[in-house]
Amino acid sequence: MNLRINFSSGVPIYQQLMEQIKHAVDTGAIKGGEQLPTIRKIAEDLAMNPNTVARAYRELEREGFIEVRHGSGAYVGMPSTSSAKVAGIRKAAEVLRPAMERGLAIGLSESELRRVFEDELARLQENAAAARRRT
Amino acid sequence: MNEIIATNGLSKSYDGKPALIGLDLAVPRGSICGFLGRNGAGKTTTLKLLLGMLRRDAGTIRLFGEPVDSEASSIAVRQRTAFVSEDKELYPFMTVNQTIRFTRPFFPAWRRDLEEKYLDLFQLPKKKLVPQLSKGMRTQLMLLLAMARGAELLMMDEPTSGLDPSLTEEVLQALADLAASDGTTIFFSSHQLAEVEQLCDRVCLIDRGQAVIAGVLDDLKAEYRRILLVFDAEPPRELAGLPGVDHLRRRGRTASLLAHVDVDAVVERAREFGPCSVEVRPVTLKELFLDHVRGE
Repeated sequence: MNLRINFSSGVPIYQQLMEQIKHAVDTGAIKGGEQLPTIRKIAEDLAMNPNTVARAYRELEREGFIEVRHGSGAYVGMPSTSSAKVAGIRKAAEVLRPAMERGLAIGLSESELRRVFEDELARLQENAAAARRRT
Repeated sequence: MNEIIATNGLSKSYDGKPALIGLDLAVPRGSICGFLGRNGAGKTTTLKLLLGMLRRDAGTIRLFGEPVDSEASSIAVRQRTAFVSEDKELYPFMTVNQTIRFTRPFFPAWRRDLEEKYLDLFQLPKKKLVPQLSKGMRTQLMLLLAMARGAELLMMDEPTSGLDPSLTEEVLQALADLAASDGTTIFFSSHQLAEVEQLCDRVCLIDRGQAVIAGVLDDLKAEYRRILLVFDAEPPRELAGLPGVDHLRRRGRTASLLAHVDVDAVVERAREFGPCSVEVRPVTLKELFLDHVRGE
């Protein structure tokens, strides 16, 4: 599993870690039933805070995504929708590719394109969160 | 007793000039807390007060739930606390090996396993004299001496200042591992926001002797939002007075608000001023730092 955390982003680190672990499962880098690295291993490899890793694992466990067995570590649950998710990711890539190509054709750099993407994503999340808070 | 460091109303002046004004600090067990602030904000003063190297003017300090300056508890508190000072002074006439052998007997809880581990990890040349070491190696030797003490609380004053990026990463990894394997509580001052974001689960930002932000870093990132407004004309000053707005910065026709309570309500109120665009963004630690220590 190749974890890459952007520590200086405004997105909470435990959420980034959760997303990446889910992504690793979605793409098949880790399969259902397999063991995740220990909290200590991730903390040391990424030189990050073990409490933050523990928080990500706790949240993933609460969502039923992983199972924490005391003394032996955390295991990925058996996903039922994984192949559907993989298909969804492929579909999304098809939809996004032409848009990205156009962006590059306009003359945006890779980092500018990434910023646009992340800004839009943040905006969507923000709107969804605002809508949830209102109800 | 869950709080390893707890201060209440901590104050200190030098020659009538206040350095700390009623600082409240709380660092729970097992946390890695980054202590941030501009030069002269009061960070080193705080660390020295916590270590009993300075006498406070007012307030209380408890480490491990014990008052630091009661004779009964001060020795016990010191045995459980390790410190890496900013100047990183070592005896110049000793080699790495001699320095370690000299330091070891002072600390009954000394961990030979950790000593070996960090010697190996930092690749310190055992037979070299301290003055022959590079600045990075001296820092690593200081860290080794502090980390191998078996202390429950490790305090450091700018531990990675002067280290290159790869040495910094090694040190951060060692600290992350120490916290993960031994549950050591770590409290350190730093100017390197990037390393604080990477290693710390908590931050405390002080400015002019007072804490301006303190809490779990991920929670702060989730709470704080920057609201960017663009107007047809100069943005109204009244925006600063909206309830929930921590800071306002105006530049040209744009206004940037920092808010952390009831962000939606702040956005609604801001809309009443008729901006032509409104954007809400997450906030990085760097932005929090700069907004709080600058103001408008």
